[in-house]
Amino acid sequence: MLLRATGLCKRYRTLLVFDRVDLEVGRGQCLVITGANGSGKSTLLKILAGLLLPTSGQVEMEIDGRSLTAAQRRRLTGWVSPELTLYDELSARENLSFFARVRGVTLDVRTLDSTLSRLGLTQRADDPLSTYSSGMKQRVKYGFAIMHRPPFLFLDEPGTTMDESGARLLADIIDEQKRHGLVVLATNDREETAYGDRRLRLDGTGTGRPA
Amino acid sequence: MEQALAVLHKDIVAEFRTRHAVNSLIMFGVTTLVAVSFAMGPFGLSSHVLAALLWIILFFSAMAGLSRSFVKEEETGTIMALKSSADPTMVLLGKMMFNLILLAALEIVIVPLFFVMMDTWPSAPTRFFAVLLLGSLGLSAVSTAVAAIVSKAGSKGALFSVLAFPVLLPLLLSSISGTASALEGASPVWPELRLIVGYSGILITASFMLFEYIWEQ
Repeated sequence: MLLRATGLCKRYRTLLVFDRVDLEVGRGQCLVITGANGSGKSTLLKILAGLLLPTSGQVEMEIDGRSLTAAQRRRLTGWVSPELTLYDELSARENLSFFARVRGVTLDVRTLDSTLSRLGLTQRADDPLSTYSSGMKQRVKYGFAIMHRPPFLFLDEPGTTMDESGARLLADIIDEQKRHGLVVLATNDREETAYGDRRLRLDGTGTGRPA
Repeated sequence: MEQALAVLHKDIVAEFRTRHAVNSLIMFGVTTLVAVSFAMGPFGLSSHVLAALLWIILFFSAMAGLSRSFVKEEETGTIMALKSSADPTMVLLGKMMFNLILLAALEIVIVPLFFVMMDTWPSAPTRFFAVLLLGSLGLSAVSTAVAAIVSKAGSKGALFSVLAFPVLLPLLLSSISGTASALEGASPVWPELRLIVGYSGILITASFMLFEYIWEQ
């Protein structure tokens, strides 16, 4: 299992976000991407997760030496970000069931219940998301990202709005993920950077360097 | 197909809880129909004028509501969650089915009201409903594809109508002509039906071929 990016560059018209970013992450590893606001952490994460096309450069995801297709990437990737919004009209249970169905994953009632319990959402599982606090919505986003046990997990500022138990949940998710896959984490939070065993710093001058 | 049905089910549940699209569609349709019937009702209109009025009401009602399916995903930010998990063609298919159901709901209200308020009834009902069904299929499919294109633009509402109108014009003209023939019951509607099916087929195929590119941008 491998995530490899070579010569990544992202440019919006005349604005260079980053250039010449190379990285490689293998199974059991957690890469932490740091950098100032506007240095391109979230953009890089979206490109790595296949949600945004780079201006130039390549991203490859491999499992057992075989490159994944776009459809396989969608099934085998989990993504949490402040830019991620789930359906406010639906409950946590309905949101997770819906995304399991569109991913083509069979999610039985017991698995769904245990996921909701792990997220600490059992009591409010059937309430619409519009009634949730921001921390509870963040927990549903974790569920969205991990319910299909993806080998590739991308977390962008995942600790935002989380309380103490939420922080423990995040640590638990990252630990478990490292046992069966890899994690790429974009953050500037000191506690969260400690999860990484590899680091990349986007310095805001258009380049990315191992920190 | 299971994925497209999941998108359809999600949209129906979300719409049932908020009723944003169906309310704007039906309110627009009923208001226009009432205005038209009061203004034109007493004049004993020809079948061509009646057919044109019916499709103008349906077209502008569709413009008022059918773009919501994609625009709402973009405005609320849920589009990223969909992009990261769903097959683009299945999303398009699910949204097309949803818009067809929405348009059918509108027609269930508007068409009987149209018959009553304009004091008319088709001489060839089977042909009339065949034209209505196929015309609606094309209208909802093309509107969905155009909605996907404009959903990222700034002035979505205006752009949606401006882009959809020229693309839908051949379909609209054939539907008007077919409906007029069915109201009169004199001439067959096969030429119009063939044109509607052919044109809709081409546009739907092109939509599916191009949608993945639109989705990824």
